[in-house]
Amino acid sequence: MSDASYLSLQKLTLTYGDSPAVPDLDLDIRKGELIALLGPSGCGKTTTMRAIAGLMPVKSGRVRLDGSDITRVPANKRAVGLVFQSYALFPHLSVYENVAFGLKLKGMRGQELDAKVQSGLKSVGLSNFANRRPAELSGGQQQRVALARSMVMEPKVLLLDEPLSNLDARLRLEMRTELQRVQKETGVTMIFVTHDQAEALALADRIVVMKSGKIEQIGSPEDIYNRPTSSFVADFVGFENIFPLENGKLKTSGGLINLSSQPPSAAGLAWRPRMVTLGIGPFRGTVRGTSFAGDSREYLLDTPIGPIKAEVEASQPAYALGAELVFDLPAEKAAPLARFA
Amino acid sequence: MTVARSLFIPLVLFLVIAFLIGPFLIIVAASFSAGETLAFPPQGFSLRWIAKVFTVESFRASFGMSMFLAIGGTLAALVLGIPASYALSRYKLPGAEIVRTIVSAPIIVPGIIVGLALLRYIVVPFQIGITLALFMAHTALILPYAVRVVSASLENLRSDIEEAAVLLGSSRLGAFFRVVMPNIRGGILSAFILGFVTSFNQVPVSLFLSGPGVRTMPIDMIAYMEIVFDPSVAALSSLLALMSIGIVFAAERFLGFSRYV
Repeated sequence: MSDASYLSLQKLTLTYGDSPAVPDLDLDIRKGELIALLGPSGCGKTTTMRAIAGLMPVKSGRVRLDGSDITRVPANKRAVGLVFQSYALFPHLSVYENVAFGLKLKGMRGQELDAKVQSGLKSVGLSNFANRRPAELSGGQQQRVALARSMVMEPKVLLLDEPLSNLDARLRLEMRTELQRVQKETGVTMIFVTHDQAEALALADRIVVMKSGKIEQIGSPEDIYNRPTSSFVADFVGFENIFPLENGKLKTSGGLINLSSQPPSAAGLAWRPRMVTLGIGPFRGTVRGTSFAGDSREYLLDTPIGPIKAEVEASQPAYALGAELVFDLPAEKAAPLARFA
Repeated sequence: MTVARSLFIPLVLFLVIAFLIGPFLIIVAASFSAGETLAFPPQGFSLRWIAKVFTVESFRASFGMSMFLAIGGTLAALVLGIPASYALSRYKLPGAEIVRTIVSAPIIVPGIIVGLALLRYIVVPFQIGITLALFMAHTALILPYAVRVVSASLENLRSDIEEAAVLLGSSRLGAFFRVVMPNIRGGILSAFILGFVTSFNQVPVSLFLSGPGVRTMPIDMIAYMEIVFDPSVAALSSLLALMSIGIVFAAERFLGFSRYV
């Protein structure tokens, strides 16, 4: 085992009945990494996570963890923890008993057990809630119990299913910090599944973008955000103006268009609304929609090359609805896409 | 007009309640009669018929048989019904709807038909003993209640807690006993009470399957009344009603029974 492949999925194929959910997936994860599996629903991210946990039968391929093949190891012997989206706390047990559940199954008893449970509860700030039932806790507290319940087992890999999606905005930030802290303190390898790019960008060391059971792109948050390699990823991380390239020309609904400067060789180009220049440039458009977003204004333009979304600083002069204007799609600012689907 | 209207609803309510509870009150009153025949209004007051209930040999035997069928049949129905409910509510099985329908059939098909069919096509051809036949029939009759009530509580229980238990080191079966059973306890208890009452009050099927020397309590009461017309049957009915009320009251008091039914 090399350090770069602490957890390794090799040619992993997963199916639901006869329909393939994940074909031939290869992925290597380093020890102590915080990985996000990012993609829309149905992209196979949850299925992949369940296969790592052992809750999903593997059709072919391997799952290796810490040097051994765990493909056929049953879920209860894998040392893999999972924090469920809905937390899946045991409703008939107190918070304390929930956290003690796995430790007791390991045969831990008495003072050792108590010390471990108490420190687990302390680490998520719930020492005073030990005797409560899960139903008496808020969503955020329930999730912390679920986190503590998994972490006291000292798993080799901790999986989290949409860890922030059920929390309100304020708790989301809190939990994000909490997860990063736990990860830093324990050094546990963490993989979380999300459909929210902001969540993945904020939390992960590396992001794995998935689509239809396949990996679209793996990279750091900066890579994914600034240098998407496919139109799918570009779209997913907020590029609004995405066009294929053909012979150095932009292929639009208004035909092949020359850009103001020479584009790089790529299958396509993508611009965030912020990258569109208003007021100068070779293209004409009409303002169809406008919205004020505090620091900036967003415009939806009707143009001969199709709808364009632009965003400019609020300090710049505003265009009224229906105004005619010129704009530019600067090739040097665009993200070049290697694949266009 | 408005007076008539304002009296109408209370009047209907009174009649409905009188119709529901009236006969029961009459029976209770009749059990304390001092007279020799089952009659209302009771003649005088005495506890002699209540005392007599405990001296009738056949009552003791049939009460024992009914208790055995109610408790044994319900336990058997739960042993069959809990795994069936689990499979029906947790897995997408081919033919699940058919199984659900068959399992519910004894509720829908009139008992007299069930009794006749069991007697004619199972008990007689296979030479099954009376006690065993009654036990099997009662188990089948209780099964629908067991499956329905237990299924309802299983469907209210998230299935991911079992996976959570497995990932914390439990086996699949262990997860069932550790996290599923404790959370459907109320449903199981409700199923037990419903099954017990259903079995204990069962007449038509038991009528067909009872035989020489083996009778359930209600069958024995009918048989007794054909010969003797004293108030002891009323006294026995009152005692049985008291037992039922006691069970339901205790279940409600300690376990919140009505939440599950």
